[in-house]
Amino acid sequence: MNSLWPQLEPLLPHVQKPARYIGCEDGMQTPTHGPGIVSWLLTYPDTYEIGLPNQGLQILYEIINERPDGAAERSYAPWTDMEAVIRRERIPLFSVDTHRAGGDFDIIAFNLSAELTYTNLVNCIDLAGVPIHSARRADSDPLIGVGGHCTYNPEPIADFVDFVVLGDGEEAVGDITELVREWKVAGKNSGTREGLLRELSKLPGVYVPSMYEVEYDGAFLAGVTPRYSDVPATIEKRTVADLGEWPYPKNQLVPMTEVVHDRLSVEVFRGCTRGCRFCQAGMITRPVRERPAEQVSRMISEGLQRTGYDEVALTSLSTADFSGIESVVKNAVSDKGTDQISVALPSLRVDAFTVGIAAEIQRARRTGLTFAPEAGSWRMRQVINKLIREEDLYGAVESAFSQGWRRMKLYFLTGLPTETDEDTLGIAELARNCVKLGKTHKSSASVTVSVGGFVPKPFTPFQWFGQNTESELQRKIGLLRDDTRRSKGVQLKWHDPKATLAEGITSRGDRRLGPVIEYVWRHGGTFQEWSEHFSYELWLEAMAANDCDVDWYVYRHRTEDEVLPWDHLSAGLHKDFLWQDWRDALDELGLEDCRWTPCYDCGACTGYGIEHRVASATPPAGGSQGTGVDLSSGGSVPVVLQPRPKIDAGAVGS
Amino acid sequence: MKNDNVKLRICFDKHGKIRFTSHRDVARIWERTLRRASLPVAYSEGFSPRPKLSFGLALSTGHESDAEYLDIELDPDRTDLAMDLESLATELSGHLPVGMHVTDMAFVDRRTPSLQETVTSCIWQIDVVDVDADTVARAVARALAAEDLVVTRERKGKQVTDDLRPLVLSLDVIGPIEADDAGSVAGVRLLAELGTQPRAVRVAELLAALDPPLTERRVVRLHQWITNDDTAERSDPLSAAVSPAPAGAM
Repeated sequence: MNSLWPQLEPLLPHVQKPARYIGCEDGMQTPTHGPGIVSWLLTYPDTYEIGLPNQGLQILYEIINERPDGAAERSYAPWTDMEAVIRRERIPLFSVDTHRAGGDFDIIAFNLSAELTYTNLVNCIDLAGVPIHSARRADSDPLIGVGGHCTYNPEPIADFVDFVVLGDGEEAVGDITELVREWKVAGKNSGTREGLLRELSKLPGVYVPSMYEVEYDGAFLAGVTPRYSDVPATIEKRTVADLGEWPYPKNQLVPMTEVVHDRLSVEVFRGCTRGCRFCQAGMITRPVRERPAEQVSRMISEGLQRTGYDEVALTSLSTADFSGIESVVKNAVSDKGTDQISVALPSLRVDAFTVGIAAEIQRARRTGLTFAPEAGSWRMRQVINKLIREEDLYGAVESAFSQGWRRMKLYFLTGLPTETDEDTLGIAELARNCVKLGKTHKSSASVTVSVGGFVPKPFTPFQWFGQNTESELQRKIGLLRDDTRRSKGVQLKWHDPKATLAEGITSRGDRRLGPVIEYVWRHGGTFQEWSEHFSYELWLEAMAANDCDVDWYVYRHRTEDEVLPWDHLSAGLHKDFLWQDWRDALDELGLEDCRWTPCYDCGACTGYGIEHRVASATPPAGGSQGTGVDLSSGGSVPVVLQPRPKIDAGAVGS
Repeated sequence: MKNDNVKLRICFDKHGKIRFTSHRDVARIWERTLRRASLPVAYSEGFSPRPKLSFGLALSTGHESDAEYLDIELDPDRTDLAMDLESLATELSGHLPVGMHVTDMAFVDRRTPSLQETVTSCIWQIDVVDVDADTVARAVARALAAEDLVVTRERKGKQVTDDLRPLVLSLDVIGPIEADDAGSVAGVRLLAELGTQPRAVRVAELLAALDPPLTERRVVRLHQWITNDDTAERSDPLSAAVSPAPAGAM
């Protein structure tokens, strides 16, 4: 019923990769819709290949569909050829599950993981036949919601969305469903949408931008304040206390066509306390919440059996820090009784212990190893609090080459606070030294250096830092290019500084950027994440046309007393903690991982009455990334210990 | 290297939405399906071991089929040659996506030449649209009467001309068809037998070579045939290859 499939089917032979529009995934659901059921269209504003593997959307897809009052389907941004076809044929954005029109859903909810997808967000709303501005929507229009890491500063997209979910969505989607159901059952009567939005704004973790007044003091923001007394002044993020209670996705979707990360994913923990100062994910997802090791092992073995995948990724912000890593890896590798299963650790810690684990699990297919030292000098790494000593890196690299790897990838950032040319060139020096180590094992040893321009993010100690200009980033990349030109075995890759600038515009912008995003979209600027579609000139033109100054928004250092566009939102972190950490950064002072040291009172645990939930009070072998931390103080810190499964101590690594 | 792997030949179909998956997609679907059924598939040696599967002639993305074939090599030490292939077929179909089923399978001699080498022709049901039956009939008659049907295509950056005519083994107009629930729309149905050696003629290039060119809508591969050069007898890739050795398999 209501399926657009008969209209879509004859069009599919005329578009590239038609399989991305058919659904048919293993694990796909075809929920029943009805008067008492709140329907969600979970949308990823980029292609199917990028969006399908997104675990956040898959988790919510299952949780909503398990509810008797919920129905969830999925949608992805149609590629430009498909968009042209459906616009011509007047077919709206559709779900891939039952090919239902976007406008027929009660809620269209987007996952926002990257700022450059904002124009696709607007495009998808428009394709669904919904007015792009929240203020213009009728009572019967779908509600537009967003979640994901970018929404910690939702101000640039505030005009386009009805509600924002901060933090973990597992519980919030249920609360929202209940409120929307009441409204739907009552008939979505004319004039009631405003009332619903006001009720939504009172839900923990839910931010309704239209319920807030924004005041400016000249160019500066004076404040974002509630328009009504019952609307909260500060919106706290949602945090799921125990990941063990949420073993999702239970039926990970298996696509019928190729996608990125085409493998089983099991999330082993959420949160990170390494305290890397550039890393927004590490800051906003605190505290650390580990999944019980037995549950991880069960999700791996059941997941592999169900999906038929031969690869599983253990996901988190630093998987080698997972205290159950040894037992989980051992089980995963031995469980199937075959050496054809490989385990991927997408975020490796830089030390020999980690390489030992990698060697254990990549017996089947040994691809490449990726490390992220992030900066080229010890001084710089103290500033950013990525406390890897050179001997840690060389130890890891030596260990990897000696165990048969021939290629290595190193990730770095440039444009970091206080960065000098010496720091930048340190990247090339590190890479050359790694190649030198590799050559003693294999003459074909090579190292790929991938350099990205640093974009300061909200809720990090670097949120006050003025981003390097586009030309400064170009200069630094030029330095590296010149310096590595004759370095055999070092291959340099870099992220386009122009795209870094566009990310910078939206990363810390305020509501005055809404028209800028709209301008870029209206001038055809979709798929800005894709280099072939990214248009630097369009962004500059849009900024100029709307009297927004790039210098002011992107390159300017903020002061301590400045009201930031996200000050009315909270990731649990105290602003004075972040400011202190920013001062510490400038003083080149490193801060140890608080999982195994006393608390720094960042606010994330204490504010929510949650504690780090780890399986061990002692840090994993390999130490705290060479911080030289006295690790004996582990027991005195606020951690909840999970029962730890017995493992064979000599099994892996160390 | 000694290879005494057991070879299993599978015939399967592909209909409905899943027909928009590519040949590569289908290969990956099969790899997962076989792992889910825990079949002891043999793997290649080397740095990046791959399961030993070999597919027959690629089916164009968007086309349906009643007759797709796949050869699987199984580890002889872990393969029970007396296994019940009917129940295995049911199990595999259960793991395949909606629209794909195993329709037949048998152990074949491991020296059986590949599907690519031995299949000589395919039967295609081709529905064309936006055209009346008379025009189709005239286009077909012209093609059959022609001495050659020359097409030009790009191959490795060079223009290559081919004559399709010898590979058009038969081409018949079945007649007008009405729209139905099974996915057919109003149009004209053709039945074609197209040769595959030395290369397989694609339906799209045949239709483009007709005068006037025709627009395909629904295309179904109905059969793949192996014609014996000496006897001119036609058999399908399964019955042609069933080996006497693991008798009673299916």
